[in-house]
Amino acid sequence: MADGSIIPEAVWQTLALLSPSPPGWGGNLLRGLLHSLQIALGAFGMGLIIGTLGAYGKLYGSPLVRDLAGIYTTIVRAVPELVLILLLYYAGTDLINRTLEMAGYQRIDVSGLVAGIVVLGFVQGAYATEVLRGAIKAIPFGEIEAARAYGMSPTLMMRRITLPSMLPYALPGLANLWLIATKDTALLAVVGFSELTLETRQAAGTTKAYFLFFIAAGALYLLITLFSNVLVARIEKWARRGMPSIREARS
Amino acid sequence: MTVSDAVSTDPLQPQSAEQAEAIHVWNLHKRFGALEVLKGVSMTARDGDVVALIGGSGSGKSTFLRCINFLENPTSGVIRINGEDIEMVSDGAGGQYPANRRQIERIRSRLGMVFQNFNLWQHMTLLQNVIEVPVHVLGMKRDEAIAIGEQLLERVGLSAKRDVYPAYLSGGQQQRGAIARALAIQPRVMLFDEPTSALDPELVGEVLKVIGDLAKEGRTMLLVTHEMKFAREVASHVMYLHNGIVEEEGPPEELFGSPKSERLKQFIRTVS
Repeated sequence: MADGSIIPEAVWQTLALLSPSPPGWGGNLLRGLLHSLQIALGAFGMGLIIGTLGAYGKLYGSPLVRDLAGIYTTIVRAVPELVLILLLYYAGTDLINRTLEMAGYQRIDVSGLVAGIVVLGFVQGAYATEVLRGAIKAIPFGEIEAARAYGMSPTLMMRRITLPSMLPYALPGLANLWLIATKDTALLAVVGFSELTLETRQAAGTTKAYFLFFIAAGALYLLITLFSNVLVARIEKWARRGMPSIREARS
Repeated sequence: MTVSDAVSTDPLQPQSAEQAEAIHVWNLHKRFGALEVLKGVSMTARDGDVVALIGGSGSGKSTFLRCINFLENPTSGVIRINGEDIEMVSDGAGGQYPANRRQIERIRSRLGMVFQNFNLWQHMTLLQNVIEVPVHVLGMKRDEAIAIGEQLLERVGLSAKRDVYPAYLSGGQQQRGAIARALAIQPRVMLFDEPTSALDPELVGEVLKVIGDLAKEGRTMLLVTHEMKFAREVASHVMYLHNGIVEEEGPPEELFGSPKSERLKQFIRTVS
């Protein structure tokens, strides 16, 4: 207060803890954010691939494929994600290492990043299967029939007709999944992966500035969401290019 | 540009003027569970023929058309298209399905189907709809496909709508666009499945005019329709289906002028 500033010196000192370079902890938080985003992106992408396969399997697969897809989505959606993460992370790496040892190879250290992506991607895939299945079913049947009638092969039809046509119906659900993916990365803190939440806890624990760091982390999560909303709105506008606006249709 | 000075390069002209067999169907049966929809229907369409299929609802005329490009798998019977027999294998449950998917895809890509509900792809503009199959199924160069597509849209009176999405077009415009899409593949045969049944009455005329012009050009067409007057004008051969069999068939003057079967007489009375 000696220099006449309205903000007390103590507040400055606390805020300085957020500085990106040591002794500030801001760099750790940003690194955690980066890890979280990497995992969320990877998991979401993997979820989309599993989800597309799962949706096609459930819709067009043989009875066996349909049953397998049904078991997968049911179990993954029934078990709490935290339990799945603990199970897949520890049991999964253990299983890999046992298999490797039995085959006569060295144990490996599964990287936290890869494990996180695979574990969350596996969970996301189950939800994405249902989102995409619903979206494919929402495509007007005649458009698929026209594609068949003009000699499109199944893969060409998927690429040119089915996937672009279902996108407007899938986007709201997929946007939800993406936001859930960004926040589910926090669950990986329990297996010791240094994503945003764990970094925040460490910073807060060390400095005792709990309020500051958790508010900062919250703000970072909020920023991801706000930025995602802008992006999703753009993609949705593009995906709905052939559809008249709902607002116009309402009048 | 008149039609005559563009004959040599005009993609709208049929490929061959010879009277070869385009479609030959013999003894076609189709069963949906316990319901037998087609009970042995035979038909031959030569190049240049316009075959109209008429009949009440449930007579099997649409199913017959859909069997020809295997949107429905016939239960039994022979289908020969462009002189090519379609090989079928038994599904072990009394039905059969095409043995060779690629053969079916190749044949479908030469049959221009026009649906009752247009079925344009909603995420593509009109021009994109028209060039989709030539570019991605038939492997035509994009520039070439666009040039042909623009000519076709001009032919059906939709040049101004080339960059418009189907949802913003009237039913008549969508159906004319769908006809342009069918023409773009340079089809051996055009298949029309009740092309005007989903249209408002005031839009029927514009679509019939386009189809009528195609018939005059000598295009080979199979036409399922409820428009008796139109069938009489454009068809070279009319088949009247009732309960899954051909009750009566012949040239339109004969069939409409002096129908023999009692059912056909009654049908003509009720629809006209």
